[in-house]
Amino acid sequence: MGEVLTFLTRTRGRSRLHITDLLTYLYLSLSVVIMFGPVLWLVLSSFKTAAEVVKFPPRLLPYRQETIEVPGYDEPLPLYEVTREDGSVVRLAQVRRVGLEAQMIDPQNPDAIIKVNIKQRKPVEKVVFGLDNYIEGMESFNFAVYLRNSVVVTVSATLLTLLINSMAAFALSKYRFRGRDAIFLIMISTLMVPISVVLVPIFLVITKVGWNNNLLGVIVPGAATPTGVFLLRQYMLTIPDELIDAARIDGASEWRIYAQVVLPLARPALAVLTIFSVMWRWNDFLWPLIVLSRNELFTLQVGLNSFQGQLNIQWHLILAMTVLTMLPITVVFAFLQRHITTGIATTGLK
Amino acid sequence: MSAETPLSLRQPRPTAGDLAGRALGSVYEIFVALPDFFFSLLQRIIGSKRMPYIFVLPNLLIFGIFILFPMLLNFVYAFTGGTDFFPEKRPWVGLANFQQLLDCGNYLQPNTCREDLFWRAVYNTAFYVVAQVSLLILVSLITALVLNRKIRARGFFRSVFFYPVLLSPIVVALIWKWILQENGLLNGILIALGHDKIPFLVNAQWARAWVVLISVWAYMGFYTLILLAGLQSIPAELYEAAKIDGASDLQSFRRITLPLLMPTMLVVTVLSLIRAVQIFDIVFAFTAGGPGTATFFLVQYIYSKGFASPDRIFGLAAGASLLMAAVLIVLTLAQLLLGRQED
Repeated sequence: MGEVLTFLTRTRGRSRLHITDLLTYLYLSLSVVIMFGPVLWLVLSSFKTAAEVVKFPPRLLPYRQETIEVPGYDEPLPLYEVTREDGSVVRLAQVRRVGLEAQMIDPQNPDAIIKVNIKQRKPVEKVVFGLDNYIEGMESFNFAVYLRNSVVVTVSATLLTLLINSMAAFALSKYRFRGRDAIFLIMISTLMVPISVVLVPIFLVITKVGWNNNLLGVIVPGAATPTGVFLLRQYMLTIPDELIDAARIDGASEWRIYAQVVLPLARPALAVLTIFSVMWRWNDFLWPLIVLSRNELFTLQVGLNSFQGQLNIQWHLILAMTVLTMLPITVVFAFLQRHITTGIATTGLK
Repeated sequence: MSAETPLSLRQPRPTAGDLAGRALGSVYEIFVALPDFFFSLLQRIIGSKRMPYIFVLPNLLIFGIFILFPMLLNFVYAFTGGTDFFPEKRPWVGLANFQQLLDCGNYLQPNTCREDLFWRAVYNTAFYVVAQVSLLILVSLITALVLNRKIRARGFFRSVFFYPVLLSPIVVALIWKWILQENGLLNGILIALGHDKIPFLVNAQWARAWVVLISVWAYMGFYTLILLAGLQSIPAELYEAAKIDGASDLQSFRRITLPLLMPTMLVVTVLSLIRAVQIFDIVFAFTAGGPGTATFFLVQYIYSKGFASPDRIFGLAAGASLLMAAVLIVLTLAQLLLGRQED
């Protein structure tokens, strides 16, 4: 304990703990609760039984009533602690409940029915992280299908974005050609006009192309993102032209200059665009919502939204499916968090 | 940055990562070699001077078909009427859509407007943008300043704030709906503290406030990162010099930190403004615009006119989206001009 305290109170550079350091750590600990708490609460709740989920006031941990198999009864019977009139406590299993009276038996002596007032019994509970909600939820929530669609969309859209954006950025940064500035200007001017603004006409174009209810309709349109071209172009401008001239003298084709000289040097910018693209595509909602209307084509986000919108779907199932939906990106983040946060921080300035 | 690792722990052994790297390398070789055949041929035919057009082409094609062309088409929709989806069958109505959107007895009272839902959406969005962006920037700035202090485990805390950014809007909405519902955690805490339950999602004012709060919760990590990078790019010598000259912490904050952080603040403001005007998906899953129309925003208006209502009034949707685009462009230009002036 003392060690923990000295560890926590140690500061870098300064020897004494200042009041502002205390405030800093107070702020940070509170933030951990606010940022992680809701997610933790969701995960804990997802293991609760349907009855426990609707219980108010809610309890932190997923308690579940213990049951016991008793010969002569098909179903396992719920266990209760019953306080007798003399104050002693026994564990009894409940057979059925009639009004204010419960008919109970002693598991050791299952033949004699004991009648107990329900006020005298208390359920015997333990903490169980059961997967029932997950199994039941997946009967109507096609997690595997949605996951596959989301992965297909995210991976292929990101690869396509990286390819065509970097090719365009290469041309716009390393060549002089007629119309270059016009192309760049038109692209940049659409940076601030979001896709939600042109919803209706894009839907028409998709329909005309025949990509309605086709994953291609989700993948392709967003791939030519002006943001990506801009980001890569700015980075490629810093790559010295001498390298390219040298490669050209060595007889490299323009494609080889792009693929073997410029792309490897632009890796930091490509990494950042990859992060952005994966984030955009994985979490995209409005776009796939419009293009896809068949359940077997839904991405995770659209699937989850339609699942929560269905009537008679209960919270315990929604909670479990929400946890499933956020699981993949959480795992990726757990492994790559340092790269992701530093990557975004370094381009934020540009 | 990181703690020093003893040399003995760094063992050079071929890991799964190395093997994967080598495999990726050979895949990349194929990626270079295969198209090279095709591109070299093309280069020989059209000459290397015209190659940049080939490089720009794929991006330009997709951009033209799916972004630029729809943007122009939006004008066609905005100036035509009826409920037909195909532009060639839509009758020209001139400015009628805009007249319907903008016709108001009294602009301060949405119920005197012909298209009162639009005006409710406008006011809701305006309130949301002002409240959300100012709170977002305030919280992000404080957090970035805290993270910029000499603290332990900075990387960990940075990730803590960033994690919600990665969560999808639907997940964010469901997490908070679960906490704020009538029998949720927050009402449980209120009861435990001896307070009455609050119908957070049923009361219009509370619902509005929570939409602001959860979107700040979800996005602040991103802006914190950018502001933190801005803070860390301020040379430490400036602070040292100020200290030698006898400046207090507050003085160096006002005279060094704030002015040098201004360019970053500008980026953050523009980005968060553009994003705030477009608020849709979190709210769609969180309150679906309710209670009533309390959290009904502009993009939802466009979506519901064009896609969700039984009679699809594309003209109104397109008209509203043009007005929104105009606001976005004005906002961005204003920010850019402001930035120019300060330089």
